[in-house]
Amino acid sequence: MTSAASIGYYPGCALHGSSNDYEASVRACLGALGVELCELNDWICCGATAAHSLNHNLAVALPARNLAIAERDGVRELLAPCPMCSMELIRGNRAMARDEKLRRKMSEIVELNIKGETKVLNLIQVFQGIGMDAIKAAVKYPLTEISAACYYGCLLTRPPEDLRFDDCEHPSSMETIIEALGGKTVEWNYKTECCGAGMTLANTDTVLELSHKILSNARAHGANCVVAACPMCHVNLDMKQGDVERRYGVRHGMMIYYLSDLTGLALGIDAHTLGIDRHFVVTK
Amino acid sequence: MARIGVFTCWCGENVARHVDIEKVTETVAQMPGVRCSINYKYMCSDPGQAQIRDKIQSERLTGLVVASCSPHMHLKTFRKAAQTAGLNPYLVEMANIREHCSWVHHNREEATAKALDLIRMSVEKVKRDHELVPIRVPLTRRALVIGGGVAGIQAALDIADAGHEVALVEREPSIGGKMAGLSETFPTLDCSQCILTPRMVEVGQHPNIKLYTYSEVESVEGYVGNFKITIRQKARYVDMVKCTGCGDCWNSCPIKKNLSEFDCGMGFRKAIYIPFPQAVPARPVIDRLACTRLKRGTGCGLCEKKCQAKAINFADEDKLVVEQAGAVIVATGYKLYNIAKEQDNAQLSGYGEYGYGKYKDVIDALQFERLVSASGPTGGEIKRPSDGKIPQSVVFIKCVGSRDNAKGLAYCSKICCMYTAKHTMLYKHKTPGGEAHVFYMDIRAGGKAYDEFVRRAIEQDGAKYYRGRVSKITEENGKLIVRGADTLAGAPVTIEADMVVLAVAMRPADGVHALAQKLNVGYDEFGFLSESHPKLRPVETNAAGVFICGACHAPKDIPEAVAQASAAAGKTLVMFGREELTREPEIARINEQTCAACYTCVRGCPYTAIERAETLTPKGVHVKYTARVNEGLCMGCGTCVALCPSKSAELEGFTEQQIYSMVESLMT
Repeated sequence: MTSAASIGYYPGCALHGSSNDYEASVRACLGALGVELCELNDWICCGATAAHSLNHNLAVALPARNLAIAERDGVRELLAPCPMCSMELIRGNRAMARDEKLRRKMSEIVELNIKGETKVLNLIQVFQGIGMDAIKAAVKYPLTEISAACYYGCLLTRPPEDLRFDDCEHPSSMETIIEALGGKTVEWNYKTECCGAGMTLANTDTVLELSHKILSNARAHGANCVVAACPMCHVNLDMKQGDVERRYGVRHGMMIYYLSDLTGLALGIDAHTLGIDRHFVVTK
Repeated sequence: MARIGVFTCWCGENVARHVDIEKVTETVAQMPGVRCSINYKYMCSDPGQAQIRDKIQSERLTGLVVASCSPHMHLKTFRKAAQTAGLNPYLVEMANIREHCSWVHHNREEATAKALDLIRMSVEKVKRDHELVPIRVPLTRRALVIGGGVAGIQAALDIADAGHEVALVEREPSIGGKMAGLSETFPTLDCSQCILTPRMVEVGQHPNIKLYTYSEVESVEGYVGNFKITIRQKARYVDMVKCTGCGDCWNSCPIKKNLSEFDCGMGFRKAIYIPFPQAVPARPVIDRLACTRLKRGTGCGLCEKKCQAKAINFADEDKLVVEQAGAVIVATGYKLYNIAKEQDNAQLSGYGEYGYGKYKDVIDALQFERLVSASGPTGGEIKRPSDGKIPQSVVFIKCVGSRDNAKGLAYCSKICCMYTAKHTMLYKHKTPGGEAHVFYMDIRAGGKAYDEFVRRAIEQDGAKYYRGRVSKITEENGKLIVRGADTLAGAPVTIEADMVVLAVAMRPADGVHALAQKLNVGYDEFGFLSESHPKLRPVETNAAGVFICGACHAPKDIPEAVAQASAAAGKTLVMFGREELTREPEIARINEQTCAACYTCVRGCPYTAIERAETLTPKGVHVKYTARVNEGLCMGCGTCVALCPSKSAELEGFTEQQIYSMVESLMT
């Protein structure tokens, strides 16, 4: 990726809603790294869990529409910072690549021709595209105080057959980025464990238990913050942290950063622009 | 005018149930060129064959069609019958109306029509058959065995004991293979080395066996009965003749921290070393990449100074040796699926969730064998690699890689159920109070006294078996936290273990594909070498004179590898027992009159069986260049026939004229 490159951007519902702090930091830090984001014109919901649990056609048609828009507008690389969105888009692409009949059917449904030429990227892959050397060179304030537990959650490295940028079960790409920013990372055990995701509304107890385990393990291994790259993970670890503390009678006080937050800070962007002051857990 | 006899077989009810035999017989009798058409319940039986012989003589038949089963089954039988009655055996054709017809079509009318078509084609074909004579090839009664594990050792000894010379090529500095590193063997728990090392010594001392250790097959030329094999003897830097194996050299070597291949990386060896004390030959080798002197060209040389026999030679180089052999036996064995982070094949995705290459106390089964073995780095005490403590709880995980399409290997590695049961027993015997937990998918313990052995591990020695998979291994405070499922109890299980042993899949050894290509032997999608027929020709390959045995063919245990090795040796001896070698004459011929010497066939032949040749007058004057088929090498695949632009290549017994007339007979 050269400087001032432009890539497609699919925010998905979360980044335009409850997680607009994530969008703020993604835009700010990628802007500082010379990557321009072109938001898809007239994008729609990816379908998320709701679609693929209810209707297979819908689960492909929704991402298909977004992929088709991207193709129509000549977008070759599409950033979907939310792992749920990126997974749905990748799965849609894959289903259509495997099944020519399905591809034609979807093209008909969304009223746009889909060839499957758009590559869907998550935030880590975009950073990898920029390159660690370029990131290192852009760092103004190395993250010397940071000892991060990098948290990938269940979706960021999946589906593994398509996302080969890292080891699905023992990923290390986020660590590489944090270390390029001058920070330290810890080895811990809950990198790819589930946070409970959407259960946060339906089954709060489960989410609190899982989040508590994740936060405790990060703390036990010497982390002073958790780095995530998923709006859902962020909600369960950040917004729900107060509930976790009350339920288990402990004090975690663990800052939950987005990967783009820490990158932005290291690049010299202020916390307000990055939306960090809109997080629930604020220490220091 | 052709006088063809057609003999239709009922095959009991196999054919007769769905094919109207009487109608077939009557219709066939009317076909042009058919002299007689009869049917019988079992054509292959003695009375059946007698009818064939009688008719050949009484009707003076010029060709024979037997409409019955697959030619794989009985072509030889009927050819022999024809020969006894004075008819050239290559004038016999079979119409397969069983496998290709009655077994797959159950509409009587349609099946009968198809049977008639199949017979009609065969009649057309046999009309254009001509007499062929088997090809005679000379025979070298020496065998080459590639791989010195238990299979290779068994095959070499069997052939050598029968009085024939054998060259045994082994890549490692010693023979013995994987078995030499095993602790005890199932289902008897007798010591692996105690069984194997005497056999190794026998190989080393056998007057008929020439041993090439630390050597690899460089190239193979020739064909069945007449192979010419070039062997690369890697530089050992030790004179095998002068050396007495006293050990002064390796005792003096200061380079100590080299991971021992024999100990699967669980122990260390010197830069000059013998892999293990019972090695055959008991001669050391210098690791070129570890030795200070060989790396820098000067310095050290302690081994040279200490050696009284003056056997160290730092100027040693690889040598190429040529061996002649009539038969080749491949016994290259296996390696284990790599649990370290990098996989050699991008399609295999590894097991990140088991902490491969990350947690020191997650080891594979062969490493565990070394930990239990009396000759191992811990002297047989089970101590875990990270801190040398005796593990009080060990988790064994089966089917790691095996039977897992998501990781790329669909097959069962077959021996893991048994050796895991053995591992739990050995561990329990050596660690009183220790807990052995096993996660399994199925217990596959088919074999003599095998299931009893597994039950013993569970019932007498108290190994705990959980039917389910492990989802993740993490490390907390020096314990490995193993989280899995017990699907019989329907509950998740978490075990705090001190050590985890992975029963990883068996894969064919490195380099076997390059070797298979040199020998023209096929292999399957997983890289295991292919046998000629899964039931009836299990140790033969499609390359004549090349046999396979042991784990290069498929995952197998010691008894099976040994049995197969003896079978391969037996097949070799059958070949050596013949006066001379004959080959089926159904091979390609080049019409040198029309050949334009374009050599498309030379390039296309998968068996390198076509050579460039020159036609000379009796006085030796050049006439023309042509292509010529080497009768010893041609496998009759017909690739050259399809390739030849001038239609000068023809396959005996399958000429284009025959194929076309068969097709035509279908369309009239």
